[in-house]
Amino acid sequence: MTFRKYLVLAGITVFSTAGDSLLARGMKELGNVSLHNLSGLLLAVAHPWVTAGILLLLAFFACYMSALSWADLTYVLPATSLAYVLVALVGHFRLHEVISPTRWLGIALIAAGVGFVAAGPSLTPSQQPRDADRNPVSQEVES
Amino acid sequence: MSELYAWAAIALIILASTTGDVLLSYSMKRVGDVGELWKRRGILAVVGRVLRTPTFALGLMAMGVAFYSLLFGLSWGNLSLVVPASASLTFAANAVAARIFLHERVGRRRWIAALLVAGGVVLMAI
Repeated sequence: MTFRKYLVLAGITVFSTAGDSLLARGMKELGNVSLHNLSGLLLAVAHPWVTAGILLLLAFFACYMSALSWADLTYVLPATSLAYVLVALVGHFRLHEVISPTRWLGIALIAAGVGFVAAGPSLTPSQQPRDADRNPVSQEVES
Repeated sequence: MSELYAWAAIALIILASTTGDVLLSYSMKRVGDVGELWKRRGILAVVGRVLRTPTFALGLMAMGVAFYSLLFGLSWGNLSLVVPASASLTFAANAVAARIFLHERVGRRRWIAALLVAGGVVLMAI
């Protein structure tokens, strides 16, 4: 794990938190979408806050794909689940949603789980067989 | 009623994004380290190779379903319930799916983490 790779993981956390918060703000302004009016969901992407949220989520997606190219799915997900904690904090401080004591405890457990995985290896040895079958592809591209 | 809609959306998000995550992770493992590829052959080679991986498109479609379920869920429930609940239950489902479909070695450390996060989700949902 290099510094650059930790930056990519940090990018996943920050971009997904910021993106989700903007989406939530936009959807709150649009009001409830009912099952009888599902076309409202399609029009929602034109709302400025929702558009900005989508752009940030695209940045998140680029970081996420990059991380998945060199680390296990079971490594990337928890290492970035710190985003849920950030989302709850943003919901509390910016959108004024109420967070109960049990919900705070839940946040603490999630953060603890993140620490457990982040301290372990990022790619498990079982990846080797698929490295082997990936080689023909890269040779084909390089030739 | 709005609670029921929120949880229905959460269930849909979990199913769609687990499918998407597994497909996308599989695709990116086939593409290989994009940082290395970018250094050697430039950004276009990275984008080209990712787009030419068929499972990537399938993964994107599953993620699209998950995204619209998220918009639906956010219009009914609180941000601090819908996002953490769906995302971390997805994480628990992913641990199982990654072991079965991606053959990742999910050791004791990762199972403990999965349980901690799942426990955290239950507390956040109360």
